[in-house]
Amino acid sequence: MTLAQVEIRDRSDTCEANNGFCPDWIADNFDRYVDPFFQHVLLTVLAVGIGFAISFTLALVAYRRRWLISPITQVTGILYTIPSIAAFFLLLPITGRGNDTALIALVAYVLLIIFRNVLAGLDNVPADTKDAGRGMGLTDRQLLWRVEVPLALPEIMAGLRIAATTTVGLATLAFFAGAGGLGEQIFADITFKSNVVVAGGLAVLLAAVLDGLILLVQRAITPWTRAVAAR
Amino acid sequence: MNSSDSAQSLGPSSRPAAATLEFRDATKRYPGQSEPAVDHLTLAVPAGEICVLVGPSGCGKTTAMRMVNRMIDITEGDILLDGSSVRERNPAALRREIGYAIQQIGLFPHLSVADNVATVPRLLGWPKDRIRQRVDEMLELVSLDPHETRGRFPAQLSGGQRQRVGVARALAVDPPLMLMDEPFGAIDPINRERLQNEFLRLQREIRKTIVFVTHDIDEAIKMGDRIAVMQQGGKLAQYAPPAELLMYPANRFVEDFVGADRALKRLALQRVRDVDLWKAPLVRVGEPVAEVRAKGADSEVPYPLLIDDAGRPLGWLSERALMGERVDGELRSKAEPVLDLEDVLRDALSALLAEEAQYGPVVNERGEVVGVLSIEILAHALRTDPDEVPSGADAV
Repeated sequence: MTLAQVEIRDRSDTCEANNGFCPDWIADNFDRYVDPFFQHVLLTVLAVGIGFAISFTLALVAYRRRWLISPITQVTGILYTIPSIAAFFLLLPITGRGNDTALIALVAYVLLIIFRNVLAGLDNVPADTKDAGRGMGLTDRQLLWRVEVPLALPEIMAGLRIAATTTVGLATLAFFAGAGGLGEQIFADITFKSNVVVAGGLAVLLAAVLDGLILLVQRAITPWTRAVAAR
Repeated sequence: MNSSDSAQSLGPSSRPAAATLEFRDATKRYPGQSEPAVDHLTLAVPAGEICVLVGPSGCGKTTAMRMVNRMIDITEGDILLDGSSVRERNPAALRREIGYAIQQIGLFPHLSVADNVATVPRLLGWPKDRIRQRVDEMLELVSLDPHETRGRFPAQLSGGQRQRVGVARALAVDPPLMLMDEPFGAIDPINRERLQNEFLRLQREIRKTIVFVTHDIDEAIKMGDRIAVMQQGGKLAQYAPPAELLMYPANRFVEDFVGADRALKRLALQRVRDVDLWKAPLVRVGEPVAEVRAKGADSEVPYPLLIDDAGRPLGWLSERALMGERVDGELRSKAEPVLDLEDVLRDALSALLAEEAQYGPVVNERGEVVGVLSIEILAHALRTDPDEVPSGADAV
């Protein structure tokens, strides 16, 4: 096993001593990134999931009660503009250090993105499609779940993609709230290029993979969007 | 929900094929508007007839139609479907019993053709097998190949096909009444003509009561058994069968709306088979000239028409062809245009004018000459009340 050699090496080697980009060091130390990576995944998925549940519900409510759109947009807009580091520190005295604090801040951040996309998707459903549905005897609820929500899916999924990639980035700051994640690794040795490249690279990779996954799901559940003039 | 349950257990076959529809002083007023959108509309549509609501935009024709299935609620008055008020019905249940087809068709873009057609059967909770069977039946009814179209999305269909799917969807539960709002409005003129003819043929089969909204008087005349002309302020200007509307417009508005060419439009209401055709001497090559001369004596058309052995028209004979003992085949001119008993008179006139011809041989479905249509006959038809024209031409 080469592991024996690995442990002999340390920062006294020239590459690491210069804080350079050291492939050997990366290969040997990769496993220290695994746990933070999965913490990061969990944080992102939970934040987007909870954020989606809340903002989707808000959008459905506001779609039928238009007067709610403006207050919801304003409140989620304010949440969106609070710098996330500030949010972490503001929440610390209330919710303490840990995942919860990080989650609350991240969820607050995605609300506006998803809310606006869901609402835009519902608003873009063609009026004649809705009219035909109602004219054939669909109740409001049937119209919503069988026609309006399915037709809004492309916009809803687009909102999820933005929310997911943004959250991956913001979650690198979650360690300020004590939630770990790749950010903790980055800031642990921010002068060492190898460390920053690996931790940062994993975050970018995660964002790309999540984005791709959501896109795949979108394609699977919206087959009609690709069915154009196949005659 | 009660009514939809009963519709489910009854099924389409045990319901009446067509319903009567009656507007009784039906009025729609929008708050804040001085004029009503529909003003005391009263008219009755007998079961199985097409009633066309026609008028300029803003005359309330669409509003009137949408009051029937309560897409718009009635302010005053009532609408009776098969004698009972629509105001007492649950709107969703009422709408499931009324076929609904609109201008932009409104197919659900995210559902396949089959799922679109199955919309109302599913709402009524039909069993799966019956729905599948019904979908194929409906697609065939509107001349679409079920195997080919069933699984397609609306985006993969042509405009005409989408229109047909829209009609199939509206007819899926065999509703006794259909509402159609400019159903052919978004289709190019050539396909519109075809779809109109197809729909009229379909209607002869299914005999639904239909409320049909259009702004196009020609479409109204073509499609309607009865036409309700509406004018600004939601007022009914005249309600009459097409011929009566064209002959006796009730007021200046109807006269203008129907158009200065209303006499010509009346020609669209009659077919060649509806008028008395003229006789022409029909001759074959080799016939004795003396016989031909005798035939000419009791014919309205002075020129002998050469036909082949099967009785099909070949052309008008020249004088030279009659110089000898027996007829030879020399023609003065070809028999163009050849008209069909089923042609409407307007098209026949147009064909005569296009060929600069005064006479056109008329053939039956086997291509045999049964008479001759002349410009004079057409002129006469314009002066006569279409209802008084005896049908079934039996000239020659």
